[in-house]
Amino acid sequence: MISVSGLNKIFQHYHALNDIHFTVERGEVISIIGPSGSGKSTLLRSLNLLVKPDSGQLTIGEMSVDARRLSRSDTRLFRRQSAMVFQHYNLFRNKTALENITEVLIYGRGYSRADAAERGMALLTSVGLAHKAAAYPATLSGGQQQRVGIARALSLEPEVLLLDEPTSSLDPELRRDILNLIAALAERDFTMLIVTHEMHFARDISSRLFFMDQGRIIEQGPPAELFDITTGGRARHFLHDVA
Amino acid sequence: MHFDVAYMLGIIPQILQYLPVTLTISLLSIVLATVLGLGVALLLRAARPLAAFAHLYISFFRGTPVLVQLLMIYFGLPQVFPLMNNLDAIHAVILGLSLNSAAYLAEVFRAAIDSVDEGQWEASLASGLGSFQAARRIVLPQACRNAIPGAGNIWIGLIKNSSLAFTLGVSELLAGGKLIATESLKFFEAYFAVGLVYWALTIVLSELQRQLERYIGKPYKV
Repeated sequence: MISVSGLNKIFQHYHALNDIHFTVERGEVISIIGPSGSGKSTLLRSLNLLVKPDSGQLTIGEMSVDARRLSRSDTRLFRRQSAMVFQHYNLFRNKTALENITEVLIYGRGYSRADAAERGMALLTSVGLAHKAAAYPATLSGGQQQRVGIARALSLEPEVLLLDEPTSSLDPELRRDILNLIAALAERDFTMLIVTHEMHFARDISSRLFFMDQGRIIEQGPPAELFDITTGGRARHFLHDVA
Repeated sequence: MHFDVAYMLGIIPQILQYLPVTLTISLLSIVLATVLGLGVALLLRAARPLAAFAHLYISFFRGTPVLVQLLMIYFGLPQVFPLMNNLDAIHAVILGLSLNSAAYLAEVFRAAIDSVDEGQWEASLASGLGSFQAARRIVLPQACRNAIPGAGNIWIGLIKNSSLAFTLGVSELLAGGKLIATESLKFFEAYFAVGLVYWALTIVLSELQRQLERYIGKPYKV
């Protein structure tokens, strides 16, 4: 479903992604954990080409690209395979909650206005924000903004949902709210890659964890394995320190 | 001290006869300068030779006096390009003021575009918008809001600079005032009256700008 091989990204003199290989099956939930600056976000952002990798083969769903030969139209098509939820929500500030969804459907996917509005309202309802359809992001709480962000990402019907620290900007009680929403998606077998520092959450909902350090995936496996004292290696130490 | 208030007020209707010319120059220049300024601002973000041209353009038109530019265009250009022989003074002024103000506006627009959060671009692209749609639907409307205060200053400056048309022999507000002044020899009253008319114009424009700011700023109100 997702397959990545030989993925490299160098910023100036800094090897942000160092020969990354992995595959993900449909319906899997992968949490990417590791210390700051280990390349977690860069990895996630390479998968939708917001970061242009220096080299590597990327496959999501039916589409494969070679990072060395990436045309504009390939880039745009490949981005359709995924949708992203951002740490700082990144809702369009000049658009209402509903328009945040309809804009990308109309201008990115060719929906008619009526179809886009109908789909947008259905998604806002599903995240419990139908009553905020006409509200602008500035008037929404962080948790509400992130729910709109998730609804926007879901509206694109991506093969995989990429979540980049989706709860890091939120207060503890709002955080719970978003984590529950993501856990509900996990139960519905959405394929997801989540960069997170929420270790308990990662352990509870992930099929596998990727532990990254210095641009490499050092360990990967089911949470029980990585959290286990006897089998866990470096990741176990990291988890022990933060959890 | 001798300040004839009644006379000063009395000549205002006479001066206002020249208002249409000033308005024509100002409004056309504002529109042209804004379009041109946006174009130059976009060139600043384009590939090397285009960006270099934009920098050179801004440097020249900000770095030389606007009066010198007007004289070059009206008296100089027809000598170099005979085709421009039938360029009349009003059009020369509109062209000159537009070219000049566009340089300042380009800098305002560039800063306004840069000040839109990078995350807005990223969210647009990651959601499948192409860069044209991302710019048109998401980034430029937000840049527009950032640009209005700075652009307003330049638009007001442009209205006042339209008085330089006088030096090319255009009969606009200032020329009207001068005509009246030399008739009555009441220079202070005549030029003061001219000043009041410009002041009123810029007050109207400032108010329009305030309304526009409020309208565009609506989504961002908490």
